[in-house]
Amino acid sequence: MEQTLELLSLSPPGWGANLLRGLAASIQIALGAFGFGLIIGFFGAMGKLYGSPWVRDLLEVYTTVVRAVPELVLILILYYVGTDILNNIAGAMGRGPVEINGIAAGIWVLGIVQGAYSTEILRGAIRAIPPGQTEAARAYGMPRALMARRVTIPAMTAFAIPGLANLWLIATKDTALLAVVGFSELTLETRQAAQTTRAYFTFFLAAGFLYLMVTLFSGVIFARIEKWARRGQPSHRGG
Amino acid sequence: MSSAQSAPKAEANVADTAAHADAEEAIRVIDLHKSFGNLKVLKGVSLTAARGDVVAIIGGSGSGKSTMLRCINFLETPTSGRIIVGGEEVAMKPDGSPAKPRQIERIRTRLAMVFQSFNLWTHRTLLENVIEVPIHVLKIPKREATARAMELLERVGLAEKHASYPAFLSGGQQQRAAIARALAVDPSVMLFDEPTSALDPELVGEVLTVIRDLAAEGRTMILVTHEMKFAREVASHVIYLSEGRIEEEGPPEEVFGNPKSERLQQFLRTVA
Repeated sequence: MEQTLELLSLSPPGWGANLLRGLAASIQIALGAFGFGLIIGFFGAMGKLYGSPWVRDLLEVYTTVVRAVPELVLILILYYVGTDILNNIAGAMGRGPVEINGIAAGIWVLGIVQGAYSTEILRGAIRAIPPGQTEAARAYGMPRALMARRVTIPAMTAFAIPGLANLWLIATKDTALLAVVGFSELTLETRQAAQTTRAYFTFFLAAGFLYLMVTLFSGVIFARIEKWARRGQPSHRGG
Repeated sequence: MSSAQSAPKAEANVADTAAHADAEEAIRVIDLHKSFGNLKVLKGVSLTAARGDVVAIIGGSGSGKSTMLRCINFLETPTSGRIIVGGEEVAMKPDGSPAKPRQIERIRTRLAMVFQSFNLWTHRTLLENVIEVPIHVLKIPKREATARAMELLERVGLAEKHASYPAFLSGGQQQRAAIARALAVDPSVMLFDEPTSALDPELVGEVLTVIRDLAAEGRTMILVTHEMKFAREVASHVIYLSEGRIEEEGPPEEVFGNPKSERLQQFLRTVA
C-alpha cells in the first residue's frame, strides 16, 4: 500500500504528476475536438437540412465515411495525411519539415470524427423543433441569422443535449487513441509509467479512476445544462 | 377616393392619388392563386382592407381560408397574384416567392400574426416572448420594450404571469399572450388564423373578448374564424370562401342575414 502511494505521488519518484499532465492534455483535446466538432456539426446539419443537393450529397459522404471507418484507422489516416499535407506545403514554400503541435493535431483529427456525429445529432434536434417555433419567427420578420441565434439554436438544445453528452464522453475516451501516434495524453503517460515501474495494475487502475472522475463530473455538468435547456418544458416524472 | 378634384398637373394628380391610397388602404390582395402540386387551393381571390376594417374570412375546412391568410405574409408562397401592404407591393419572383428578403422581412414586422396553436417561443417567458421582436428585430431599447410589454400583458390580464413559461399556462392564457406579442410590434394589420380553434370551449370567451376590444379601438384585422356569431358581431366585411373561390362577400348583416348563394345558405345552416 505504501509502495503504491509512493508510485502515485505527485513528486518524483512518484508518477502522479505525469498522469495528471496526461489527463490535462486529454481534457484539452477533448474540449477542443468537441467544440470543433460542434461547429462542423452545426453547419453540417444546416447544410443537410437546407443545402443544395450538391452540398447534401457531400455531407452525406462525410458522415457516412467517418461513421463507417473505425476511429483508430481514421485517426491514423487523418494524422498522417494532415502532417503530409503540411510538410508538402512547407516543402513547396522552401522550408524544412514542420513540427506539428500535438494538441492542435489531436483536436483536428478528433474534431473531424466528432463533427460527423454532431452533424447527425444536431440535424435530428433541429428537425424535432415544432414547426410553429420557426414559423412565428418568420412571421415576425426575423432574418435567417437572427432566427438561428434566437430561436433555432435555443429550441434545439433541449433535444440535442442527451446525444451531445454521449458524444462528449466518447471524445474524452477517444483521446486515448491518440497514443498510437505518440501523443502524450493520459493513456500514453500511464503506459510509460507502468512500463518503467512494472506496476501495470496500479497505473492502469489509476488511469481508469481518472477517466471515471471525468465522466461523473461531466454527468453533473450536462444534467445542469439539460435542466436549463428544458426550462420552458413541464418536467416529466422524475425529471 | 376619386381624384376628381382638379390638380394643376397630371403628375401631381397621380402622386396625390397614390399618397391618398397609402393613407387609407391597409392591405390589398389581388387575384391570389395557390396550388400545392396539382391541388388548386386558391383560384383567384382578392381582398381589400382599409384602415380600421375588420375582415372576417369564413368557410368550411379545406376552403382555403387559412392558406389565403398565410399567403398574405408569405408563410405560404403564392403561385401567383399581388399583395400590397400599406401601398407597398411585395416584389415576387416568377415562382411567387418574395424577391427581396429584406423587403418581406420589413413588411412582416408590420403584419402581426396570431396563430391557431399560439406558437409562443417555448424557451422564453411570456415577457421575453413579448419583447423578443421589438428588441431584436425593431431595435427598440430593452427598457422601453419591457415597459411596453408589461402594459400589454396587463391589458390581456397576464401581468402577474409575465415570468411564466408558455407551457405552464392554459391555452386561453397562451393565446392572450400571443396577442400581446402581436401588439408589441404595433402592427398596421393583425392577421388572426383561427385564434380560438385550438381552445377548450370554456376558454374561447376570454380570447374573443380581447379581440373584440381590439376591433373596437379601430385595429385593422383580418380574421379567419369558425366563430360565426363573433364574425357577425365584430367584422366590417365578411368573405365566404368555398373551394378556393370567394363565393359571397359583403357586410355581415348581408352575408349572415340574407345569404344569396345556395352554398353559403347551406354552410350557415350546418355551422349554426
